[in-house]
Amino acid sequence: MALIEIQNLHASVDGKEILKGVDLVIEPGTVHALMGPNGTGKSTLSNIISGRPGYQVTEGRILLNGEDIADMEPDQRANAGIFLAFQYPVEIPGVASSTFLKAAINAKRRFQGLGEIDAMEFLKLVKGKAKELGIRDDMLKRPVNVGFSGGEKKRADILQMALLQPQFAILDETDSGLDIDALRVVSEGVNSLRTADRSFLVITHYQRLLSYIVPDVVHVFAGGKIVRSGGPELAEELEAKGYADYVSAA
Amino acid sequence: MVATESTIQTVKDIERYKYGFETDIESDRAPKGLSEDIVRFISAKKEEPEWMLEWRLKAYRHWLTMEEPQWASLHYPPIDYQDSYYYAAPKRREDGPKSLDEVDPELLATYEKLGIPLKEQEALAGVAVDAVFDSVSVATTYKKKLNDLGVIFCSISEAIREHPELVQKYLGSVVPQADNFFSCLNSAVFTDGSFVYIPKGLRCPMELSTYFRINEKNTGQFERTLIIADEGAYVSYLEGCTAPQRDENQLHAAVVELVTLDDAEIKYSTVQNWYPGDENGKGGIYNFVTKRAACRGRNSKVMWTQVETGSAITWKYPSCILQGDGSVGEFYSVAITNNRQQADTGTKMIHLGKNTRSKIISKGISAGRSEQTYRGQVRIAAKASGARNFTQCDSLLIGDQCGAHTVPYIESRNPSARTEHEATASRISDDQLFYCMQRGLSAEEAVGLIVNGFCKEVLQTLPMEFAVEAQKLVNISLEGSVG
Repeated sequence: MALIEIQNLHASVDGKEILKGVDLVIEPGTVHALMGPNGTGKSTLSNIISGRPGYQVTEGRILLNGEDIADMEPDQRANAGIFLAFQYPVEIPGVASSTFLKAAINAKRRFQGLGEIDAMEFLKLVKGKAKELGIRDDMLKRPVNVGFSGGEKKRADILQMALLQPQFAILDETDSGLDIDALRVVSEGVNSLRTADRSFLVITHYQRLLSYIVPDVVHVFAGGKIVRSGGPELAEELEAKGYADYVSAA
Repeated sequence: MVATESTIQTVKDIERYKYGFETDIESDRAPKGLSEDIVRFISAKKEEPEWMLEWRLKAYRHWLTMEEPQWASLHYPPIDYQDSYYYAAPKRREDGPKSLDEVDPELLATYEKLGIPLKEQEALAGVAVDAVFDSVSVATTYKKKLNDLGVIFCSISEAIREHPELVQKYLGSVVPQADNFFSCLNSAVFTDGSFVYIPKGLRCPMELSTYFRINEKNTGQFERTLIIADEGAYVSYLEGCTAPQRDENQLHAAVVELVTLDDAEIKYSTVQNWYPGDENGKGGIYNFVTKRAACRGRNSKVMWTQVETGSAITWKYPSCILQGDGSVGEFYSVAITNNRQQADTGTKMIHLGKNTRSKIISKGISAGRSEQTYRGQVRIAAKASGARNFTQCDSLLIGDQCGAHTVPYIESRNPSARTEHEATASRISDDQLFYCMQRGLSAEEAVGLIVNGFCKEVLQTLPMEFAVEAQKLVNISLEGSVG
């Protein structure tokens, strides 16, 4: 069974149709890249999958492991295994990053019927993963994303992903605002999470990220739907030719 | 549904005041209403000396000439002062309990339910508790240990009888009888409260705590607290309050006076959780409280911390009169209002001495259809050269039917003084909520986390065991404020 199956998805914001019939099947253990020009609805798609309020799905459906997720709240979707790495991670003043991570881990454990994580176990776990991602301990004490550089915010998001171990992760332009070193660290973090049953949807403008996170399937998104799909070579073609053909076609 | 919409929709669901139970206990009450006879009745019940009765009567006669203040941003029907009982005490043997073992087990059970164990062996290590039930103090723990150190920690009634010289010297010296309508009423009819005296040079080794509980129907609670820190002394004092859930409004008009002499310090923390009324604004406590500290000595310090989550109406401005040169006043406040609650709260920092300093950190969180006002006054007298004040007022709004208002008054008569005022107003953004929920937190957990972050600076100033409680209370108070 497909991990994610999106069938003829139409959605609008304030009455304006943004998604115009998206079809997408993501098998377990695969990485899909979604590429396309700005303002065509790529972020809208990731927001709708993760259940952000403010969008109206007018037609079609999204299945997670064969089940329609339409009625699930964002936190239920998260606990069911959907993770969104944000294009713009949000600041939460006064809440230490470690407090936030612990709350998220415990929410998931509660969902799984487990008790709260032991304080020592938590520290060990977080410090270990943070080190792998080049995150310093002092960053864990700072409030969530407050005063973080662009790279730090993205790394913090990947750390959350590494701790929550989702089944399906969406990276929404995670590469934007990253320098080459941060890009490498983030990509390595993602690659280390690739397993036979975990899948990714990587949204990006540029081929650059895809030379670090090599996708199995590349989709071109334009005019509110997927207009072409292919292998990794498609990304290189797009890099060379740009999106002009698709924009005029859509 | 957009988060803000669902916020508003579910705000009405809140109805979870877990302290709303009632204790079935026989009580001794004065007849309803207020008159000179009632004042005499209270004084007689308390076996007070003549001077105390005279003091009360003077206050009562003056009160008759006063009018209820109208300047606060509070709306409530007129209070009928004759429709309340001014004295209620749990019935007990004539001579009263000599030790905790003689305290009515029903009462001990009540406090246990509130999470305040009075049995000394079970009490929180290092916290001495004075428990006030309706009008009387029922138990003071660790009395002997404190006595040995020279600390006086007892009910104010006992202090009037046993330590008249201290009471006469300080009672009303910080909040004069005629200071305001409610303090004057309190002066006439106060029934109990706590008295603390810390002798010269002593750093009180344990937290002192008073727990106030209104149980009786139609009773007003008028407690009076007086704390004196003699030269070089230090004490940390905690105050907690709850009341049963009732449909009618109950009046609470307390007066708290603090005095610090040279180099002395008092840290006064309050977690106020009086019954706030239901989601339609029915019932709840009217809380009209006068709290003031006189930093009389050089380099003395008073720190007020308050976490205000309860009461239908809050009218409260813990203040500092900074008389001694180099004295310091600090005010840290978290006020949370939900449903139909109204709070008009803040502080006054009156700088009289040279190089006096004050700091005000106020965090207001409004949800539901509640209204909240920060009202503050910073006054720097002509002689207070080198005085400094820093004020920060932050408001957080949840939903779009609540209100937050900031009314700061700053008056400086000395050119070398420096005052700073910062204020912000913000809303829990949909982005923050979604971010937390995308990481698996429920909407309520997310709000609790964000709000606790917002008021962290203040919660950190609370003694540890209180801080944890306060954090939970913040979450409970906002339960149902988002969907």
